[in-house]
Amino acid sequence: MTKAKRKRLILNLVTFALVIAAYIILQSMIAGKSISRSLRGQLVPICAWIVMAVSLNLVIGFSGELSLGHAGFMSVGAYTGAVVSGWLLHAQNMQDTTLRLVLALAAGGVMAGVAGVLIGIPVLRLRGDYLAIVTLAFGEIIRSLVNVLYIGTAEGRLHLSFLNKEMPEGVQMLVDGAKGAVKIKPIATFTAGFVLILITLVVVLNLVNSRAGRAIQATRDNRIAAESMGVPVTKYKMMAFVTAAVLAGMAGALYGLNSSTVVPTQFTFNQSINVLVFVVLGGLGNVLGSVISATFLTVLPEMLREFSDYRMLVYAVVLILVMIFTNNPTIRAFADRLFAPLKQLFRGKKQAGGDAK
Amino acid sequence: MIFLDNLINGISLGSIYAIIALGYTMVYGIAKMLNFAHGDVIMVGAYVAFCGLQYWGLPPVAAILVSMAVCTVLGVTIEGLAYRPLRQAASLAVLITAIGMSYLLQNLALMIWGANPKSFPRTFINSSIINIGQLNVSSATLITILANVVIMVALTLFTAKTKLGKAMRCVSEDRGAAELMGIHVNRTISFTFAIGSALAAIAGVLLCSSYPILQPTTGSMPGIKAFTAAVFGGIGSIPGAMLGGILLGVIEIFGKAYISTELGDAIVFAVLIVVLLVKPSGLLGKPMREKV
Repeated sequence: MTKAKRKRLILNLVTFALVIAAYIILQSMIAGKSISRSLRGQLVPICAWIVMAVSLNLVIGFSGELSLGHAGFMSVGAYTGAVVSGWLLHAQNMQDTTLRLVLALAAGGVMAGVAGVLIGIPVLRLRGDYLAIVTLAFGEIIRSLVNVLYIGTAEGRLHLSFLNKEMPEGVQMLVDGAKGAVKIKPIATFTAGFVLILITLVVVLNLVNSRAGRAIQATRDNRIAAESMGVPVTKYKMMAFVTAAVLAGMAGALYGLNSSTVVPTQFTFNQSINVLVFVVLGGLGNVLGSVISATFLTVLPEMLREFSDYRMLVYAVVLILVMIFTNNPTIRAFADRLFAPLKQLFRGKKQAGGDAK
Repeated sequence: MIFLDNLINGISLGSIYAIIALGYTMVYGIAKMLNFAHGDVIMVGAYVAFCGLQYWGLPPVAAILVSMAVCTVLGVTIEGLAYRPLRQAASLAVLITAIGMSYLLQNLALMIWGANPKSFPRTFINSSIINIGQLNVSSATLITILANVVIMVALTLFTAKTKLGKAMRCVSEDRGAAELMGIHVNRTISFTFAIGSALAAIAGVLLCSSYPILQPTTGSMPGIKAFTAAVFGGIGSIPGAMLGGILLGVIEIFGKAYISTELGDAIVFAVLIVVLLVKPSGLLGKPMREKV
């Protein structure tokens, strides 16, 4: 096993260990009732945002394409999940919530994946900022379309109408235009969210460290070089894009089934930007970083509650300062000099350890 | 006649997009960054003009001048404090900083002016209806179109004839070479932000004269659409921003009038996607050549 491989393996194991440890601690806190109400309500959304951040990192960090419409896939997943779950409950009278949740998540993932393929075909022909603006446009189109979507269920069948509400008598509305998906029975659980995170980590980390993953990263680093080495660029970019879309769809389904309504305005451009912020603050191409920053930044506005009106202001200032402090060459050089003795100490120890071996 | 009415409304809305898009496109051309806070500078400009008219009792022209001055200072300050330290950083880092700036401006506005929507006074451009033949055009519409034409001509002349304008074009073409030729790059970029922000103030006032609801998020949707317009016309190109903005406005109004009110935005973005697929660098953008 080479050194780089071993390092990566350790990092991946640390990622899994941290997630599992966090789950066990939180579960025991829930059992011991020593967890605040507001945090408890946030557990499922945190899981959904972690999955969103990790999947977006696959597109931005590993495949190197800036996508600004990730919330669009989330909304596809959330709506599909709500409709499938509602249909199974009302039309098929399925009472088993776990099975319903699993089916809803799967359906959400599949629908978002289909959307990912449809959007990916035109989008991945473009480069750079143009690609970014087209993903933004698709996100906005998805939002406008669900705004005029009406889905109801009556006598075991789904009724779908577009632009105007034409429904038969005695219909149970599932999606009601601008009101969004209504009367959802919240069935998402923290455990389901945890399992979804594990699935995401397994999928993303395996993909990244596979032959396909290396091809994806090669395309990111130098498209022309990769192409001339015989890497089918579009195929691999598509693979990353669609995988991310499927995961985002599942996260959306989980998020949607955590509350009683889902409205189109929850998945605007700003939401895509929020996920982008998680990814960039966590570090491009750093999966563990995405997990940590998604968790921290979801909890942060809640922790800033005492600032009440100022919390978004503080959030904005923190965001700007972090970006400047981590990216300004002068400040970085200063920090490096500041920590140099510490680093040397660390490195010296490591070398000594290596010699002893 | 309804067709002509819609066309004029579309051109008017498009003119506002075009003025905003100029700010995006100039900043992108020179600093290679997407200034997400630009939409919020529009909002600040509108609020300042609102205060000028409502509270300080300024005459309309003075109000708009004050608003332009405030926005210019704001734009240059934002550039100096937040973007300049990141001149050498990765473009994503700058993008996130711009997003942070956008949040900051929105929340500052929320603190200063509150969340309740303010209704922009009609006194600025008193919306009398002018009849041209059978056409009914509001004066706000006419002034918007007129302002757009004036700005377009002035800006084209400025970049073509003056020393600063030439410096701006040089920096956007090749920053390193411009610096070697003795052009003060940082000052030129600051100046670009100043022009863009002053234009944003005008756009804010015009926007609120036609759609008189003012709240902290007023700028974000027009901002996104104007950015789309800039890309539509070919980002970095001044005539492109004009063309893109006006086309986008016309498409939006026609889409809303003839296809569906709710789907207006979707139609705009769908047209954008089709255009970019056919011509990936926008309508008037220069095709990028790839070097190995």
